[in-house]
Amino acid sequence: MTAYLRAAANVLVHVPDLVRYGSKPWRETSSSNQAPGDVFANLRSFDEAVGYPPNQAFIGNLPPENLGEIPAPWYENPLAGASPEGHFGEILPQDAFCALLEAADQFGLIMLDKERPVPGAVGSEAATALLKKENPSKEYGEEDISRRIEGGEALPLFQEGEIIGCVRRDHDSDESLDARILLENLSAKASGAYALSRLLMQERIAPEHVEYVISCSEEAVGDRYNRGGGNLAKTIAEMAGCANAAGVDVKSFCAAPVYALVHAAALIEAGVVENAVVVGGGSMAKLGMKAYFHLEKGMPVLEDALGGVAFLLTKNPDAGPRVNLEVAGRHAAGKPSTPQGLAEALVRDPLARAGRKIASVDKYAVELHNPEIMLPAGAGDVAAANYRMLAALAVMGGEIAREEIPDFVETHGMPGFAPTQGHIPAGVPFLGHALERMRAGSLRSTMVVAKGSLFLGRMSRQADGASVLIEG
Amino acid sequence: MDLENQAAIKSIADDIGSENLMVVLGMPGEGLRLAVETLTTGDPSWAGPLAGVSLGLPVFHILEETVRAEVPGDLYADKLLMMEMVLDLPQIESDLADMRAAG
Repeated sequence: MTAYLRAAANVLVHVPDLVRYGSKPWRETSSSNQAPGDVFANLRSFDEAVGYPPNQAFIGNLPPENLGEIPAPWYENPLAGASPEGHFGEILPQDAFCALLEAADQFGLIMLDKERPVPGAVGSEAATALLKKENPSKEYGEEDISRRIEGGEALPLFQEGEIIGCVRRDHDSDESLDARILLENLSAKASGAYALSRLLMQERIAPEHVEYVISCSEEAVGDRYNRGGGNLAKTIAEMAGCANAAGVDVKSFCAAPVYALVHAAALIEAGVVENAVVVGGGSMAKLGMKAYFHLEKGMPVLEDALGGVAFLLTKNPDAGPRVNLEVAGRHAAGKPSTPQGLAEALVRDPLARAGRKIASVDKYAVELHNPEIMLPAGAGDVAAANYRMLAALAVMGGEIAREEIPDFVETHGMPGFAPTQGHIPAGVPFLGHALERMRAGSLRSTMVVAKGSLFLGRMSRQADGASVLIEG
Repeated sequence: MDLENQAAIKSIADDIGSENLMVVLGMPGEGLRLAVETLTTGDPSWAGPLAGVSLGLPVFHILEETVRAEVPGDLYADKLLMMEMVLDLPQIESDLADMRAAG
């Protein structure tokens, strides 16, 4: 049995009023007890986020390579006539996401002001499908909400700066059930379910058809006895109506999406299931992560959206390209965690084992962080550096001459276009483009390569990574 | 610049004196500029242990001519050659020259 990639969906949720609860803005404003200030004065409108060229590339309306032809800064050069509806994705406005948060909540954590209408029709078929069938029972008034916020048990939820409700903690002393943590987890659940719903709508697949869901989201869901206990996958499956699907989470920081693809394909190859979905919800903690660098340079806050991705793998060979598990790279615990060590383990070695050259892969999908977000913070152009690394490996392997590095980068790479949402940029946002090109006959193969920073959790100084070849 | 690295360098400078310490960096671009500023005049983001601390350390890049000439050839081929191909070396050298000229 072999596993094939049938469909990919990328979604964005524009949530300017949640930027304040991103880890960095939250720490800045709560530690100094300062007013939110400039961060909130430089947020973009929904239309600005929709027109932003990298966002259009993310939802499939613009080939990532075309970004190279758009003059920088991209935020000053929006695409004319841009739509929130994409070839394989969409962008959701915040008020609609608020309704999704409420639908994701089964414990009365999200308390929206009863005087304020929650949108029933949110302009997105995928999002509307997630709303509860009957209207949610709204029992909360402005007074109740204010009392909880003032009492410190709830955090306010805003729409264009006005309080429209709150999210409350669910335990007095359990920091895993703190209001901000619960909002973070509900945001991952709701945006993940939204990505999955979009995937199913796009492919006209009944939710009941899905057998297995693997979440590669980063959030630690659990209580004080099992912080990070997990299975966001199953809660996402439930919310998206996948009543016949079981699920599990796969985690390895930003490398998780590729592990999840490999695991899903392996379950299909082994005959355990006939289809499986990989889903990743967005990371609220990373909203506004580099906002202060952007503000310093007079830029808008570009990290104003949650990302979500979903992929469907199946045993049906007519569905799409093969997920080639014979060319899957892994980085063993004894390998050096240097950029070179990772590139060798994830790209050179698995290809060499299959008797293939680095240049034999048409396109590499590496960490696709939008450089316009990364460069002002001194974090470099991650995608470009990765492509140069692969080119350098090809030089060292005698495949190409050193002078051919720029050509290799141009041919086998692309500009980064994904929001800096941790696991979201991990190569996988290209898969929607890859599927379209493979079906049109203009692309034969792509290798997805992701890396993870294990050292962030202080358990090891290692990095990690995973890769897999997808070919028609 | 990474807060953990700032703390480590500050601790070494406190132990042995900043006059006995030089720092060799590996990153390019804006990261290099921020690191040089942090290690000479202090952390411009005012977030780390070197905020308001002007160590005035001599700072080099591992790939600039004077430093890489000191690395044995086989070690260079094994550990640095690939990064030399990845990074824009002339840009790094010109950035450093500008920063040094600006004091």
